Amino acid sequence: MADVSSDGAFVEFERVQKSYDGENLVVKDLNLALPKGEFLTMLGPSGSGKTTCLMMLAGFETATHGDIRLDGVSINNIPPHKRGIGMVFQNYALFPHMTVAENLSFPLEVRKMGKSEREEKVKRALDMVQMGAFGGRRPAQMSGGQQQRIALARALVFEAELVLMDEPLGALDKQLREHMQFEIKRIADNLGITVVYVTHDQTEALTMSDRVAVFDDGRIQQLAPPDKLYEEPENSFVAQFIGENNTLEGTVKEIANGKALVELDDGELIDCKPINVSKPGERTRVSIRPERVEYNKERLQEGVHTLKAEVMEFIYMGDIFRTRLKVAGNDEFVIKTRNAPDVERLTPGQQIEIGWLPEDCRALDA
Amino acid sequence: MSDATQDGPVLAADGTPLKRSLARALRMQKLRALALIAPLLLFVLLTFIAPIADMLFRSVENQIVSATMPATVRELSDWDGTTGNPPGEEVFKALYFDLFLAAEAKEHTKLGTRLNYEKTGVSSLFRSSGRKLDDLGKDYQKAFKKIDKQLDEGEFWYTMMTGSGPASDALVTARKARFGDMTDESTKADIGFAPSQAITDLLPLTALAYTDFAVFTAIADGDTVAEEDPWEAVYVALAEDLATADVAAYTGPGADVLQAAQAGLDTIPVTSYTAFFEDIDKDWLDPEVWETVKMYSPKYTNGYFLNAVDLQKSPDGIEPRPENQQIYMKLFKRTMFMSLVITGSCILLGYPVAWILANLPMRTANLLMILVLLPFWTSLLVRTSAWKVMLQQQGVINDVLVWLGLVADDARLVMINNQFGTIVAMTHILLPFMILPLYSVMQTIPPTYLRAAKSLGATNWTAFWRVYFPQSVPGIGAGSILVFILSIGYYITPEIVGGTTGTFISNRIAYHISSSLNWGLAAALGTILLGVVLLLYYVYDKIVGIDNVKLG
Ligand SMILES: Nc1ncnc2c1ncn2[C@@H]1O[C@H](COP(=O)(O)OP(=O)(O)OP(=O)(O)O)[C@@H](O)[C@H]1O
Ligand SMILES: [Mg+2]
Repeated sequence: MADVSSDGAFVEFERVQKSYDGENLVVKDLNLALPKGEFLTMLGPSGSGKTTCLMMLAGFETATHGDIRLDGVSINNIPPHKRGIGMVFQNYALFPHMTVAENLSFPLEVRKMGKSEREEKVKRALDMVQMGAFGGRRPAQMSGGQQQRIALARALVFEAELVLMDEPLGALDKQLREHMQFEIKRIADNLGITVVYVTHDQTEALTMSDRVAVFDDGRIQQLAPPDKLYEEPENSFVAQFIGENNTLEGTVKEIANGKALVELDDGELIDCKPINVSKPGERTRVSIRPERVEYNKERLQEGVHTLKAEVMEFIYMGDIFRTRLKVAGNDEFVIKTRNAPDVERLTPGQQIEIGWLPEDCRALDA
Repeated sequence: MSDATQDGPVLAADGTPLKRSLARALRMQKLRALALIAPLLLFVLLTFIAPIADMLFRSVENQIVSATMPATVRELSDWDGTTGNPPGEEVFKALYFDLFLAAEAKEHTKLGTRLNYEKTGVSSLFRSSGRKLDDLGKDYQKAFKKIDKQLDEGEFWYTMMTGSGPASDALVTARKARFGDMTDESTKADIGFAPSQAITDLLPLTALAYTDFAVFTAIADGDTVAEEDPWEAVYVALAEDLATADVAAYTGPGADVLQAAQAGLDTIPVTSYTAFFEDIDKDWLDPEVWETVKMYSPKYTNGYFLNAVDLQKSPDGIEPRPENQQIYMKLFKRTMFMSLVITGSCILLGYPVAWILANLPMRTANLLMILVLLPFWTSLLVRTSAWKVMLQQQGVINDVLVWLGLVADDARLVMINNQFGTIVAMTHILLPFMILPLYSVMQTIPPTYLRAAKSLGATNWTAFWRVYFPQSVPGIGAGSILVFILSIGYYITPEIVGGTTGTFISNRIAYHISSSLNWGLAAALGTILLGVVLLLYYVYDKIVGIDNVKLG
């Protein structure tokens, strides 16, 4: 699996910038290194520059500034067809005038491979995506999911070590999507290829990737494995973007022993873990995940600060309860509790006290 | 209750079988839809289908011979042309009366022109004969006048021919129909005359000739029959009839005059019809002339089509035309060849332009599109003439070449009034028809295909040739069909810049329509052209598939 060491990087972006119009930077100072065999996902809102990065790597756009290296060699001046990078396009881009088998043998033909060898590889690639019986079909005669698999097989058939995928599952329904996520992950692991995967679906990013690069505003906001990304967001954008999150605003009172005391805007005090704050007086946004909030007094640690809350809404969701509270003037504060026999079901209007472990409560940038 | 358990047809709510009530509902819908498109359908039928049907009909239609000379054609059917002898007296007699009426109605020159397509010289033969036909009857008329003055008076003739007793309406109807066939005039009007049955039996030929005269006078001239003096042919017929008629037994009006005329018959300078026509023009005794008349006497003919492919009919079947008359096959081949070259040049020039247009941002593409369409907005004549200015020997291009020293002043290139000029000018004119379908097809090809091909390792050229080009083929097909079909029937440009070596078959068609007036041949050429286009369309469908053609 992923071997995260910067000097042995397989793909490397160094101080890459990109502008289309000479006025706005679409990609600002991108630095990224990924080792062989890693499954890296670029996640970010629409227009954040994900596709642009992929296109620069594939060679269809040139970087305005900076260096992109593949296996230690700068590829800025290598034309796309010599880069040997497999690519799965968002709309599959299967050639409509060729059959599935012809589509797959196309990259082999341009590599001047012999006929029998081609046929064998095409067959193996089709079997790999479980589409062995579809070689004679035209792309238009297949469903979206089937086309998707063919596109994947085509990107893999010439044994590229690096495969780029730009929102390959964007057009599929939820069930097929989940199935294909699993499938892609399995194939990538089996072949040991390096994958750069673009999506704006965070669940997809979290479930598939070794590491996720969260993009916003042309920059990588955080690059981390999924669990770290979720549990330890480094700034409030990431905290907001990944998963559900509660935000409280306030000012830092004091910082000591890796703990920060934050005074919320309505005057209440809470303990947090300082992440992006360094000195008292700074404004901060405090982030707490809904499932880390506790209102059962017995489970709260001694001496932690608690907050008064009023129950606004209680939603029964089967496996969990989702309760909306009004806390410190914020009535969008959500908590989630497991549906267990010993858990109290709250009723709207009820007054409760909530608390959490200080390390679950992160004081981020304002 | 379920329908599946029921026997018999499924019933609608009102008890009628479901199938029938569905059919009725659909029929109403169809009728309503038909009523909506009816005006357009009518318009298309009238302006498009009808002219084509008319053209197809004209290319085989040949009524004129049998309509103008029905009796002659009938008599001629017994004649055998292979003996090398001219036909007998009966034919010439029929010819005299047919031609007389035709000459009065001025239809004989049309027939002459028609037969002249098949045998040169016939036209002048008919024209000159028409002028001299009166001569025969004039002598007869004078002689009859000497016998009895009344025979020179229209009123007397009218009374005599009207006679007494039952009238022979059948004869009038028949002669009206014959006149109508020849002139296309309406013969519904009453002519105010009908010969009596008795006189018709006594003087059959005279009754016929006089009825013709009466029909012509009343219908073509709009005069009253009784007031007009009969024409010469009537006297010829009278002399012919009196030779055998039993006038003594006749008692109707003018019986005495007829008896006197029969008695003085030896004073009439009777001439044989054959001799008369020989006197007018010796060519009337030429069996070949009669062969032509006989060959083209049926109502329908394949003669125009044979002519259009450089063949002709002869007594021994179909044979090629003489070498110096073979022009149409050459023209067809040239038209095909040049249309192919023009289509090819349009593809070569149009493809890159369409490609650039399709790959530019919308705004720029629209601007450039105007430049492509600009030629549409200038007159075809102006554009073609501009090429004349460009290409002629003292023209812009030659001047530049001479000035550059590439061409000597006394060896200026001939680029106009030949095939080259036609190809250049027509390529320019038809180029938009290639670019537009190509452009609209190329616009629908997403650029990701090219990117995908390159990411799979294809060079720019391979990506283009293996991925982009095949997807643009429908555009090429549509453009080619448009350009080829347009150019195959193009007329104005080859006419202006084609000279003699660059003209198309359409120029020949135009010539036959407006100058030689041989519409039948023009229609046959047009029909062949239509056939060729349909054939090519069929071949294209078989090879490329017509559903592969996209206009946008
Ligand atoms: N060819 C181009 N010319 C000009 N600007 C472009 C071009 N392509 C993208 N952009 C701009 O660059 C920015 C980033 O685009 P990009 O396609 O990389 O976004 P993305 O992260 O892939 O978004 P999405 O999730 O919607 O696909 C956008 O603001 C977009 O408007
Ligand atoms: Mg994108």
